[in-house]
Order: sequence, then C-alpha cells, then structure tokens
Amino acid sequence: MIITQSQRLNFKQLALKREAFIYYIFFAVLLIFAVALHDTAFLSVNNFMNIIRQTAPVTIMAIGLTFALAVGHIDLSIGSVVALSALVGALLLQHTGIPLAIAGALLVGITIGLINGLLIERLQVSSLLITLGTMGVVTGLARQLTNLESVPIINQDFTFFFGAGEVWGIPVLLIWTLAIALVAFVVLNNLAFGRHLLAAGGSPKAARAMGINVVRVRLTALVISSSAAALAGLLYAGRLHGARYTLGEADLLTVIAAVAIGGTSLFGGRASIIGAILGSLLMGMINNGLILSGFSTNEQMIARGIILIIAVAIGIKELKNG
Amino acid sequence: MVRTALDQVALEVNNISKSFGGVQALKNVSFTINKGEVVGLLGDNGAGKSTLVRCISGIHQPDSGEILVNEQPVTITSPLDARACGIETVFQDLAMVPEFNITENLFLNREIRHKNPILSWLGWLDTKAMEQKGRKALNRLNSRIPSYTEKIHNLSGGQRQAVAIARAVNWGADIVIMDEPTAALGVEQSAQVNELINIISGQGVAVLLISHNMQHVSETCDRAVVLYQGTSIADVSVKEVSKEQLVSLITGASVSAA
Ligand SMILES: Nc1ncnc2c1ncn2[C@@H]1O[C@H](COP(=O)(O)OP(=O)(O)OP(=O)(O)O)[C@@H](O)[C@H]1O
Ligand SMILES: [Mg+2]
Repeated sequence: MIITQSQRLNFKQLALKREAFIYYIFFAVLLIFAVALHDTAFLSVNNFMNIIRQTAPVTIMAIGLTFALAVGHIDLSIGSVVALSALVGALLLQHTGIPLAIAGALLVGITIGLINGLLIERLQVSSLLITLGTMGVVTGLARQLTNLESVPIINQDFTFFFGAGEVWGIPVLLIWTLAIALVAFVVLNNLAFGRHLLAAGGSPKAARAMGINVVRVRLTALVISSSAAALAGLLYAGRLHGARYTLGEADLLTVIAAVAIGGTSLFGGRASIIGAILGSLLMGMINNGLILSGFSTNEQMIARGIILIIAVAIGIKELKNG
Repeated sequence: MVRTALDQVALEVNNISKSFGGVQALKNVSFTINKGEVVGLLGDNGAGKSTLVRCISGIHQPDSGEILVNEQPVTITSPLDARACGIETVFQDLAMVPEFNITENLFLNREIRHKNPILSWLGWLDTKAMEQKGRKALNRLNSRIPSYTEKIHNLSGGQRQAVAIARAVNWGADIVIMDEPTAALGVEQSAQVNELINIISGQGVAVLLISHNMQHVSETCDRAVVLYQGTSIADVSVKEVSKEQLVSLITGASVSAA
C-alpha cells in the first residue's frame, strides 16, 4: 500500500503545471505586449488601472460562473442577466432610491438563477440547454422592457458607488472586485459549503451517498452565478451612467474563456477563484493590448474565441489524463 | 476463527419488499445480525443484494417491511437517517470524490468546524482537527496510507477501500455494510481488507458483507444469508456448509431440492 516515489513525483509535477498554467500564460502575454508595445502607454499604472476598471464586471461574472462550473453546470444566461438587471436597477433609480434599485437588480439575478436551477432539476435537462433558453427569454425581456431605449442614470451617489468613485484613492470598482473575490475565495476554500459544491460537481453520487442535498447545492450555485451577473449589471450601469439592453451581450465568451483558462474544470469538481480573476485580467489585457496594437473589435473577438478553444482543449486533455 | 459473538441483535430486517416498476427486486426478505458478527450476503448478479443494502442505508425506501436497530423499529428515509441509527455503508463504488484528498473524503458532509461559534455557524472548516482525527481513524485500522493529503484518485484500490472503511468506522458505527469490498482487489489487498473486517468486528461492530468470492466469505463470515431472485433462500452458519453448497444455493440449484 505504498505509492512509489516516481508516480508521486510525476503527479506533483502535473498538478504544478495545471495550477500554474494561468500564471505562465498571464506573464507570457504581459511580456509579449510589453515588448511589442514598448513605445505606447501599455506598461503604465494608469493603463493597468483602466484594465482593472474595465474588467471589473467580467471578473465578477467569472467568479459567479466559477460556482456554477464547480457543481458541473454552465450558465449561459449571465450576459442577458447583466442587461436586464442593469435596466431594472436604472428604472427603479428614476422613481426610488439606491437601496430599492440594488434590491430590484439583485432580485432579477436571484429569480433567474432559481428558474434556471429549478428547470434543470425538474426537467432533468442539461444546464447548457436550459440556460440557452433563459438567455433568449431574458434578452427578449431586456429589449422589450424599454423598447430598446437606454435608461440614463443621474444619481451621483449611484455612479460613485458603482462606477467612477474612489475611496482613499482606490477605485470602487477595484474594491468591489476584491471584496467579491475574497468572499468567493473563503466560501470555496474555507467553508463546508465550498466542499459540498465541489463534491456535488466532482461526484454527485458520492455527495448524495454522504447525505449532501445535491439538488439544493446546485440550485444555490446557479443563484450565485446569476446574482453575480446582476451585480455586474449594476457596475456597468454605474460606470456608463445608464443602462442599455446591449450590456453584457458580448461578455459571455470572455467570461467562459477567462474561467476555463484559469483552471476551473468545465465538467465540475475543480474550481479556482484566483484563476478566474487572473483569467479575466488576462482577457482584459489582451483586449487592451490588441486595441493599442491597432486591431479591430472583430479581431479581438477572434482572439477571445481562440483562447476559449485553447482553454477547453487543455481541460479535455486533463480529463482524459486524470 | 473464534469470535465471541455477543448475543445482542444489532440489526434486524423484517419482510422487506421493494420493486422497481415491474421488477420485484426484493420479496419479504428477513435476517438479523448480532453485535460483533460478520454476515455474508450472497446471491447471483441481480439477486437483489445491492437493493437490500440501499434500503438499509437510506438510498431506497422499501415498499413494505421494517428495520430494527438495537431491537427498536426505525424509519430510514435518507442516508442521514441511517447514520443517525449507527449504520454506515461502504458502497460498491465507495462513494468518494476522486478530486478530494483522504481527509476531505473522510469528513465529507461531517466536517469539523472552527471552534469560534461565529465561524462555526458560517461553516468554517477546522482543517487541522480533521487531519488529526482522520489520522487516528486510519491508524486504528493499521492501514498504511502514504499521505493524508493525497487525492483519492492517486490511491490503489486497497488503499481506497481502507479509507472508505475508516470513514465508516470513524463515525462510531455499530453496523457497517460493505458492498463487494474486495471485488476490484488483488490477493494481498483482499487479505488486508479481511484483516480490517476482523479488526472492526472484534471491536463489536456488526458487519454485513456482500461478496461473490466464496474464499473471502468462508474466511471472514460467521453466517451467510443467500438471496435468490429477490427472496432469502438460506441463512446458514458458514462453518456448517461447504463452499460447494453455498455455490449451489447461490445459483439456485438447490432451490428445488430444498
Ligand atoms: N434503480 C433501479 N431501477 C430499476 N431496477 C433496478 C434498480 N436497481 C436495481 N434494479 C433491479 O433490481 C434487481 C436487483 O438488482 P441489484 O442491483 O440489487 O442486484 P445485485 O444482487 O446487487 O447484483 P450484482 O451482484 O450484479 O451487484 C435487478 O433486476 C436490477 O435490474
Ligand atoms: Mg450489487
């Protein structure tokens, strides 16, 4: 009953590679752009603050999606939730105060997460198909809600707390990101609930046999994913001083690519919050670098797609080896 | 092997029936296990062994019949109920999360929480305490596990089996059910599992053991209950029957004769 030294070493090396992959690629891309764009503002503190500010909503969506993936679900509806919750928040802000606007937007997220979860469990259909369906429905609702009109936000406090504000010189968007990241990290790594999430994703049969309520855990994960998207909607609305049905539209691919390249398994059971954050920053950095290099939006989209394919390819290979 | 079988009944199953749609998997099955006794549950493929075990461990609900633990009738509607009654099951697939390490699997859904009441309420894990307690549980079984932070999918079949048994015993189970614990194991590892079974039954634990391996049954069991197409057709002392007789009971050859 002794594991041979060589087997063990090999595995340790493999694990090192897998978890460290995002760090390698992050610094490789950073290096490439730093060299290629040495005569631009790429390597400035200002530019990096910009990247962080711009990626804040995507980072928070990526953290949320990490929970869904941890239990083995994909959530394609998050982009549409961003738009609908931002619009609901902005509309409520015209008639009521900030607390109700926040509550309304989050309620949109929680409700859609619950609907996703309940449909998946009741119909026993894959999350891919169910959330593809709710994505369509929610996108339609967002377009219909204001007849494609944008809703401006003039509430200064709101745009401060969810957008341009700074506290002791630190942008609020960075504070939001760090706070959500910290909570998510603790939940996943330090709390019993995190174990149950990963168990439900890694081996639902084992989780059930050990008395874990797998259905409830999965449902909660989808509510977390959707609520994170709703918060991202508020951050977009705050930064852009208004909401529009197009918000979050293009983010889905970016978010999935960010999470996948960060080392979270697309098949459940393994999740990394730090990986999701670095993955999101990587996507933001690539976008930023491509813009500074003069590439078009179309080409950025192609780059995102390629990154997703690479990330998924690595994930599949792991699955076969693992 | 001489074992001082205590005469107290640990588990009694009375007239359990269970069907899945048109298939009647169990028909009025009854048997008992005393404390410290090892009872083999035998039967051909599809005889209903796993179904019976799942009824006792709360995965399935029997359609009729009753289960008594320490001579008290109990209702077991979930794995948690079974545990509350002191019944632990080592499932055929071991019910382990391959990506989790040994300690994480030992304490799955029974995590030790932080001493601070607020953190404990949040579900904050006390990883150190779990590692220490897990180590003790494995040491009690004399099992040689390389590292408690090794992931389950890096362990051999025998090591996994040892972890699964340690998990069951760790929770102070009075009754441990094992579904084919040696099916996937080599000779040496099977012998180690036999040793584990002897250790825990020596500690007064009642063991229900499903096996297809007659050698294994004759080495470890005191008694054998044979299922044939969902009914219990024999309840015999292993010492009093030959392996050949057991086999003919299992295949149903002696049903017409009996
Ligand atoms: N969940 C289920 N749904 C429908 N039928 C089932 C289910 N579980 C078991 N059965 C049926 O009940 C019967 C008994 O199956 P069971 O798994 O209990 O047999 P077993 O004795 O454990 O067999 P094996 O030695 O192959 O493990 C079989 O006919 C099987 O097909
Ligand atoms: Mg079976």
